[in-house]
Parts: sequence; C-alpha cells; structure tokens
Amino acid sequence: MYNFTYHRAGSVDAAAAKLAESGDAKLLAGGMTLLPTMKQRLAQPSDLIDLNEIDGLKGITVSGGTVTIGAMTRHADVAASAEVQQAIPALAKLAGLIGDPAVRNRGTIGGSIANNDPAADYPAAVVGLGATVVTNKREIAGDDFFTGMFETALDEGEIVTAVRFPAPQKAAYFKFPNPASRYAVVGVMVAKTASGVRVAVTGAAPCVFRQSDMERALSGNFSADALSGITQDADGLNEDIHASAEYRANLVVVGAKRAVAEMA
Amino acid sequence: MRKFGIGQPVRRVEDVRFITGAGAYTDDLNLPGQAYGYLLRSPWAHAAIRSIDVSAARAADGVLGIWTGADLAAAGVGDLPCAISGVLRNRDGSVLEVAGRAVLARDRAMHVGDGLAFIVAETLAKAKAAAELIVVDAEELPAAANLADAVHGEAPRLRESAPGNICFDWEGGDAAAVDGAFGQAAHVTSIDLLHNRLAPSPIEPRAALGHVDDGRHVLRTSTQGANLFQRVIAPVLGIDQEALRIITADVGGSFGMKEFIYPEHILVLFAAEKLGRPVKWSGDRSESFMSDLHGRDVISHAEIAFDADGRATSLRVHNRANMGAYVSLFGPGIQTLGGARLTGGLYAIPAINVRVTGYYSNSVPVDAYRGAGRPEAAYVIERLMNKAARELGLAPDEIRRRNFIRPSQLPYRHPLGFVFDSGAFEANMDEAMRLADWAGFPARRDGARARGRLRGIGMSCYIESSVGFGYEAAEIRFPEDGTIEIVAGTMSAGQGHETVWAQIVTEQLGVPFEAIRLVQGDTDRVKTGGGTAGSRSTYMVAGAFRLSADQVIDKGKAFVAMLLGEPPESIEFSDGMFRSAGSNRSMSIMETAAAARRDGEGLDSGATFNHDISTFPNGCHVCEVEIDPDTGKVEVVRYLVVDDFGRIVNPMVVDGQVHGGIVQGLGQALMEHSLHDPETGQLVTGSFMDYALPRADDLCAIESSYNEVPCTTSPYGVKGCGEAGTTGACPAIMNAVLDALAERGVTELDMPATPLRVWQALRGAR
Repeated sequence: MYNFTYHRAGSVDAAAAKLAESGDAKLLAGGMTLLPTMKQRLAQPSDLIDLNEIDGLKGITVSGGTVTIGAMTRHADVAASAEVQQAIPALAKLAGLIGDPAVRNRGTIGGSIANNDPAADYPAAVVGLGATVVTNKREIAGDDFFTGMFETALDEGEIVTAVRFPAPQKAAYFKFPNPASRYAVVGVMVAKTASGVRVAVTGAAPCVFRQSDMERALSGNFSADALSGITQDADGLNEDIHASAEYRANLVVVGAKRAVAEMA
Repeated sequence: MRKFGIGQPVRRVEDVRFITGAGAYTDDLNLPGQAYGYLLRSPWAHAAIRSIDVSAARAADGVLGIWTGADLAAAGVGDLPCAISGVLRNRDGSVLEVAGRAVLARDRAMHVGDGLAFIVAETLAKAKAAAELIVVDAEELPAAANLADAVHGEAPRLRESAPGNICFDWEGGDAAAVDGAFGQAAHVTSIDLLHNRLAPSPIEPRAALGHVDDGRHVLRTSTQGANLFQRVIAPVLGIDQEALRIITADVGGSFGMKEFIYPEHILVLFAAEKLGRPVKWSGDRSESFMSDLHGRDVISHAEIAFDADGRATSLRVHNRANMGAYVSLFGPGIQTLGGARLTGGLYAIPAINVRVTGYYSNSVPVDAYRGAGRPEAAYVIERLMNKAARELGLAPDEIRRRNFIRPSQLPYRHPLGFVFDSGAFEANMDEAMRLADWAGFPARRDGARARGRLRGIGMSCYIESSVGFGYEAAEIRFPEDGTIEIVAGTMSAGQGHETVWAQIVTEQLGVPFEAIRLVQGDTDRVKTGGGTAGSRSTYMVAGAFRLSADQVIDKGKAFVAMLLGEPPESIEFSDGMFRSAGSNRSMSIMETAAAARRDGEGLDSGATFNHDISTFPNGCHVCEVEIDPDTGKVEVVRYLVVDDFGRIVNPMVVDGQVHGGIVQGLGQALMEHSLHDPETGQLVTGSFMDYALPRADDLCAIESSYNEVPCTTSPYGVKGCGEAGTTGACPAIMNAVLDALAERGVTELDMPATPLRVWQALRGAR
C-alpha cells in the first residue's frame, strides 16, 4: 500500500468539501474493493475520506411503501432487517447473498453501487426494483445510474447518501454465484411493480441491464411459462474461466424462470 | 486398552493452542534489529533478461541491500538441487541429468513469479517502494505456460538442452508382455484424462526468517522436517551442516509444498550474513499462487485389455507430466518412482507398462502434493474400470469383483515391484455398498428425476502407498521437571503429532500422557530425521519410539535390579511399572527415571528405525451427486468411505485426515484448476477470486468407517492415512458425475467438473 492521507469526515458536507480540495481523493465506505486494490498497490489515492462516522448515512426506514436505506448501511443489516424482510423480501435475500459474512458486515450499499462492479448484486436490485439513488446534490433514477463497467452517473464530488426502493407487488432474486469469489456469475431480479414488470440482470454483461423481451412477455402473463421461447443474446456478454458468454446467456433465462417460479 | 494408548480417540492436545491464537507460526516470529526482504518477481512467463539496473533502488530510503542472480553467482551461492537428477533412468538407458534451479533468475525469467532481485530494507513498505525503482531490461519470449501449450509440435523450445521441451522419458513394467496381451484381448477400453493442476493453498503462506548467530546461520521457517532443509541448504550456501540450524515453529498446513527448499530460504540467510542483521521474508497470498510449488498437472492416455470373461489382462499408461519451469527437489520422481508403481490399483493385472514423459513449461515447478502420484494412478484405473464396465455391460462392482487381488493372492507382487502385504479389497467394497444402500439407488435417482435433477452414484476402490524411504529417528528423555520429552524427526503441519506420538509412547512405556512433550522441528534438538511426507510418519515414528522405549526399559531394568540387588533378568516391566519377580517390590517408570538420573546415566534413550518397506492403505469411496441440468451445478449429496489403514492409533485424528483429504479431492474433482492464459502465459488463477477452493457449504457430511486389516510389515500394523482421502475421492466423485450424466449421453468429462464444463458437456451431448 502506498502512503495516503486519512480523513475522518463528520458530515456529508465536510466529506464533499474535502473531496473537492484533495488531489486524487477517494471516499472510503466499506472498503471491500478499494482497500484490497490499494494493498496490491494497484490504486494510489492521495487521500482517503472515511464516511464511516457519519451517522446520518446509516440506517433503514420504511414508510408508505418505500424502503430507504442509508448509503453507509451494511449488507448484513439489510439482510437482517425485519422491516426489509417484510416490505421487500427479495432485497433482504439479495443482501444476504453478497460475499461472505466478513464482507456483509463491512460492505455498504452506497459503496457497492458507486463502485458498480459488473458482478455485484445490488445493481440488480436498484434497477430491478426501480429504485432512486439519492446523492448530496440530487436524485437519480436507478435506470439512469449505472452507465458502464465501473462507471456511474455520479458527478465529480457527488456522494451517494441513500437508496429509495419502492416496495413491489412481488419480487424475487436468482443468483448463480462464482464458485471462487461468490460474486454473481449471473444475478436476475424480477419484480412486478406498480409501474410494470422489471427484469434486471447483473453479472452477465459489463453493466447491469434490463431484459426487455422478458419484461414484455411477463407483462402479459406473469408466469415462468411466458418465458419459454425467450432467449438471451450471448453477444457482448462477459466471458471468463468460470462462464462463457453462452453459459451466461443460458443462466439469464434459467434465472428469470426460477425467479418467476419462486413467486408463483 | 489404556485411556491414552493406541486406538483411543484422544482429543488433540495442540488444538487449544491453535484455536486460542496461541500458535506461533514463522510470520509471528521477530528478532531484534530485523530487516525485511521483498522479492521482485518476473511479470513475464518467459523473457530474456538483458540487464537489471538497481542503482536507483539501492539509493532509495531505507534500503539495506539488493541482490540479483548475477550477484549471487558472483558470491558463490549454489543452485537448488534436484534429488532425482542422476537417479532416474530414461527409456533409452540414459540417466537424467538436470541443472539445479538458480536462486534468482540469471539470464532468463522462466515463469510469472520467477525471482529477479531480492531487496532488503528497514521496512517491507520501503523494500516494495524500492522494488519499483528497479529497471529490468528484458525481451519477452514466446511462452508455453500450460502443459498443453508445451507438449505440441509447434511449442516454443524453452531450453536448448530439451528438444520438444522433454525433461525426461521414463518407462516401467514389461512393454513386450503388454503388447502380447493386447494382441489377444477380447476387449480394449481406452481413455484420455487430465489431472488438473492444483495450487496447494495452505492457510499459512510461506515465510522465512534468517539470521547469523555466533557464526552460525539460523533459519526459522515452515518445513515438513527441519533436517532435510539442513542437508539441502548447507551446500547451497557453501557452509557445513553444523553451521546451519533450522527451526520450525507451528506450521499451518503444507500438503507437500512445504517439504521443499525455496529461493527465499537461501535469500534470507545470504542477506542476513551480508547485512549482519536478521532478515525476514513473508509471502502474501498472491505470491503463494505464483511461487508455491504446484501439484498434479498430468495428461494420461491409458488402455486396458480384457479377456472374454471381463478379466483385465494388461494395462498400458502414458502420462505426460508438467515439471514447470525448473525441476524441483523431487519433481521428476513424483509420477515415476512415486505414483507409477501403483498403476493398475488393487486389481490383479498380470502385465502393466507405464511411461512417463516429463515436460518443461513456463510455470511454477510442480512437485509433491498430497498423494504425489498415487491419486493420479487411482484416477486412471478407476475411471478406466467404470468406462470398461459400461462398454462391457457390467455393473461397476461386478467388473471390480472379477479383477480384485484376492486375499489368497496376498502378499501380492505388483508388476512394477511393490509387494502388497495385506488387505480385504472386495470386503471393503461390499461394506461400502451396504452402508451406501447401493441397491436402493434407483429409487433415489427416480426421486431426483421428479425434482428435475440428475442423480448419479460412483465408487472408487483405491490403494496407495505410504512411503517408507529409509529411516526415522526418535528419542525419549526424562528431564528434571518431571515431563517426558519425546523427540521425533517428523514434523506436524496440523496432523496432530503432539497427541498421536504421545499416545504411542504412553502405550509403550505407561508414562502419564499429560506429561509428554513433543520436540520437533529444530536441528539442534533433533539430531536427524526424514520428515513428514508420504503418509509415513506414524509407522516410521512408532518404530523409532519402540526401539527407543526398548532401550529405556532395558536401562530401567538394569537400574532397578542394581537398586534391589537382584539380577536384571528378574525384573519385569509392564503398565509403567518395574517389578521384581522374586520379591514383591516395584517402582514406577517415572520414579525409576528420576532416581536413575540422580544416579548418573538416567534412562534417556534414542534410536533410528531403518525401514524401507512401504505400507498400502486402501479402501472404497462411494459418492452420490445431484446435478442441476439447467446450470450444470454438481452437488455432492452423500459421501462415505470404508478405509483400511491397518491398525489405527487415534480414530478421531484419522477421521480428520480422511475428511480433509476428501475435501481436497473434491476440490480437484469439482472446483480447483490453476490456469495460465495460453497467449500471454499470465496466471489467470492468481487469487481466490478465481481459484475456487472448497468451502464448508460445498460439501455434505462425510461418513467414514474403518476395516482394520493390520499391516504385516510395519510396527503395530499401522498403514498410514494422510493421503488416502485425496487418492480415493477424485475417481469416486467423477464416476458419480458421469453416472448422473450418462442418461443424457455424456460419456467423457475431465476434472474439474465445474458448472460451466458440465453444462457444456450436456449441451454437446444433445
């Protein structure tokens, strides 16, 4: 690890101010990606601005059919939250499938979505449930937030403060974990919401995406049968030693069918 | 039976230390004034090194010294030797002669992770910072990093002296007899198999701490036996063995790869001497993947001939084995002198011919990994038997029944030289099938089918050899503090030697178990020793302790006789008591030892057990799997094993060995595969993000049971158990996987049976 200057931010405004004035600063949330990268000397931030002491960024509130999760809320807390389990059980389940207990007790929802790893689970929830990302500057629709591999709509100096999830009528998450890392080889969130059916796929492509063929089919007939005959194009999907593009395409279909079947 | 004697499930005495964090591993040790070493490693799989400019790095903050391969050569540091060089005979009659491995690469980097320069600084961070200032002028060369990339005709030639990248070409058995039998065969089954390359991945990465103390070099490091390190390292440094002390503290797993001497061992000692300060090197996990010796990595082609009754008449195997970039200490011996002698397993096959061709490649050297050639032999014959059974229309158990070595044939001389002394091979299979409710499997398959899953059952009947090689030494001492100090040349890496060796000595001498202290891993306190490898430790150390205990008893009888004024032959020893047959007087061994010590000589004794006969653990594994045909995911739903380890000293410790071995076998069968990019030679599986090691939720409970058929050649009838699990597991699991896939038309599949590969096989078969 290279040397850096550590700052503990007491508020979001203070963190933003420090971010603006530092050369090549990084925000430290759970540190689940940033710290290993720094340890391997693959990242060399000048400053780390620690968000962990900002109380206002933590916690879960549920009101009026909306689940609001503070950006610094740990995955384990989302998974264990009775309120989340009640309002959006698929979201609690997804949080409980991330990484391993050590990761879940440290990693945060804000850190996860701001990093936008193509194999992370939370992007499937944000897009699949039609969530809204709240920052210190504005609100961003989940559909617009993830713009590419490790890229988001966040501006320079913009900090995620919370994610708002409208409770769907029903939703289910299928995950096929990488045998080594336990990241999602493919994760599929299927939700029936007030504004229509959503199918969001993570892990399969460089960035989370909505599977519109499936959304159309399920809008008319919300059953696994409606998905028979629908295929996922393997073009442009990720390939690695654990999964070919064709295999990932297969898992997208299998995963969507199983998620729908789970809701039957 | 004694409470703490042989056969008792005594709880492991070392575990409290381990699970409360009180263990002391090499990286936990620090010495005053210690400096830190860091190894600059090759980022290239194959490169010609034109020059290495360390001037800027040498001037960097906190740097104490930097050495390259050229510096070491100039200082007279030798190369790391291969013990098989000069020993292994090629098919053409020539004897293998290979150069040693340079401690640091001199003119060519041969694999990703090959050492280029050793930097020692006041802190590790400063050493790493300095390493980034080193300028290596190198020309990247075409690489062949995977075995498959090295063996084909167009492969780049990695060594002038090795056309076709062939390191050696060895053959065993009677080729003419085999050819004759194949000419008469009623049926021939052939198979091509991959024994996937494995990264051993012990929980404790390698570390080394060297210093020079009062003119002697002292190395603290994880080993499987300190004495081997002393014998190998001293000549590399050009010093006398007595001028080198090796100390091994607690070891967190080894599986073969810590048996061997690595460049870092030499470097910390060399640098410590040059700097006059202790030097510590601790590898991180990334370095483990690119520099720990790897295991397996063999491609097999095998053919078996049967007569009209389904009895095997002949077996022919050609193994192509990856040696890696350099030949390691035992590298060329693993598949030849080690595994090949078990080709054909526990079947009475009259004619066997096995050829092993070793290849160089641009990868970390390959050497012994838990089983070291025997799992490969078992995998070949057990996959062949299942394939032949399908072709011949026989049940898997029936084809084995027709071919087992029968009890009446024991002792059985294997065509490649081993003599199997004992075993009940068919009985083990019968018992395993009974426990597994093999007969009830079709109903379970139907149940799985109703749930949309493919269910398969598989077995393997394995035999392996615990390698006697030579000798083992032990001592039994009675110091003043009332403890019993037992000294052994073996080394525990988590196997529980502190417990099991104490049980053996308790059995022999009736001394209080709690008072026994094991001394191991220090060449100043352990005068000689073979080390722990090849599942040999229990019976070898038992032999050495028995000889030592006999001397203790003889000395005790003489001393008690002298005290009582009786002739020594009137003194008897049993249950820890010396008794006079004539009078009714007795003395406990502890009283006797204390009195004898006060009197002068004491009862302290030591002996070397010379024993060159292998033992043959064997048994039957049965595995059931369920496969999700949509995802290709294999789930092991039942696993049981009946093992014949001869007499068992501690069944609880043996259970642990069996479970751990099977888990590592499951890792190879379903998950683990160390891979390089065929284009760039880069290590693809360079971290646990991509190298899939089994976790608790990847397995089911393992049911183990024992059929104790005492070994007729070893002390107490012990056969050994350390590697049996890995030997039997791969074929049992893969046979179950293929059984499940058979109804979908899949007949061939290599390890590891990952979800991707199973799904691809299912799709290909459609």
